[in-house]
Amino acid sequence: MDLSLTAEQEMLVQLVRRFVREEIEPLERRLDPDADEIEPADKSRLIEKTRAMGLYGLDIPPAYGGPAIDLVTRTLLAIEMSQHRAGLYAPCYGVFGGAGLAQLFEASEPQKEKYLYPVLRGEKRGFFGLTEPSGGSDPARAIRTRAVRDGDHWVINGGKIFISGADKAQFGLVFARTDPDKGRGGVTCFIVDTDTPGFRVRRVVHTLRSAHYATELSFEDMRVPHANILGKVNGGFAIANDRLTRQRIPYAAGCIGVAVKAHAMAVDYVPQRETFGAPLSSRQAIQWMLVDNEIDIRQARWLTLDAAAKADRGEPFRTEAAMAKLVATEAASRVVDRCIQIFGGYGVTKDFPFERWYREMRIRRIGEGPSEVQRHIIARDLLDSPLH
Amino acid sequence: MALTIDKPWRPADQVPQVPAQLGVFELADAAGVVVFIGVADARSLFGLRGAVADALQAVPGAAGFRYESTSAYHTRYRELLMVHQATHGALPVHNAPMQLGRLQP
Repeated sequence: MDLSLTAEQEMLVQLVRRFVREEIEPLERRLDPDADEIEPADKSRLIEKTRAMGLYGLDIPPAYGGPAIDLVTRTLLAIEMSQHRAGLYAPCYGVFGGAGLAQLFEASEPQKEKYLYPVLRGEKRGFFGLTEPSGGSDPARAIRTRAVRDGDHWVINGGKIFISGADKAQFGLVFARTDPDKGRGGVTCFIVDTDTPGFRVRRVVHTLRSAHYATELSFEDMRVPHANILGKVNGGFAIANDRLTRQRIPYAAGCIGVAVKAHAMAVDYVPQRETFGAPLSSRQAIQWMLVDNEIDIRQARWLTLDAAAKADRGEPFRTEAAMAKLVATEAASRVVDRCIQIFGGYGVTKDFPFERWYREMRIRRIGEGPSEVQRHIIARDLLDSPLH
Repeated sequence: MALTIDKPWRPADQVPQVPAQLGVFELADAAGVVVFIGVADARSLFGLRGAVADALQAVPGAAGFRYESTSAYHTRYRELLMVHQATHGALPVHNAPMQLGRLQP
């Protein structure tokens, strides 16, 4: 198996690596260590640069104006884009753009006119409303938000939690139960305007991500037109599940990028730092930590690229995406933890990015399906048994 | 966690007793009306103590302060601003306009 990069991939990786070092890191030195936004003027300037590089809107399909780039290359770039302090959750502070809500590419043409195209033009923002207080790992059963048909409308009652960006969004995708007897086959996805009466952002949910909050939402007799159903009635689970599977690959890549950066900083540091008359790099205890870092990173990288390659070939990749997410999040957590140990007291200060990565990386073992659910998916595919 | 800082106002001469930690704070005028909401982030030289002292000097009419130590200073700061905006229809008079989310507590 040839794991080497093509000339084009190598060129793109070097281009993004240089962009991070020359454009992102200098800006970041002036920001608070927990910041996840840059000044609007800086963002506009950098977006112009990524447009000029031909890399703006990496996740937008070419038919909608995005660059033609396969998932393996996209994964390699995601690994580069996260190699800075805010990189895990705000890779390059968003200046490479995003697809917004990828599910909208499957929307009807009137829905695209109202929601997708304004998102692509930067005029509207959306949120993804799946998780509920009753759980997020098993949406087919945990969704208790109810939608009941009333003429040309549906009346939605319930709530969501851990929802990012709902307080600033103009609309969102809300998953609600439309048939209480059908489990995963009884969930429908609605496009909900946030100015709909009955829609309410109840509170901010503070987490380990100190610069970014989630929100809790409530829906009270919220009337949504039937025309705002995304896909089919009772077809929402497939929409949610497809998104969760695809998202696991870039999610894993972001973790690998942070691990690569943390590890590189540790490798640079150990020859300089002396203890008891000798550099840390001469200590076997430290050497073995670096070796374990290197092995963790390579394992995670290969599994993630393998998942991306299978997706690019049009083969089933659910198991591979689950393995990538599981291994990358756990391996990167270990790498960051070891790097903190190597840096000692400095490792836990805000003078260095490790403490932020440590906090944020902890979330990655839960977000987008916790490690246990990834193992459950892999086991189910191995045993070819239904999810119980 | 209370949505607002639910503590009594302290006079300005108590600033030296404020911890040098990360957090958020509010300033009030003599009538107890919130006139400024601030944050002591990791760039603040002496955390809340320094940030509150600087703000008391910079904000005209500020007579008292209250604070909350928190490592979630960014999100708590935005939450306080959003709650104030939702409750009073506007930000405190000495806070510059900024893009905030809509909260309906």
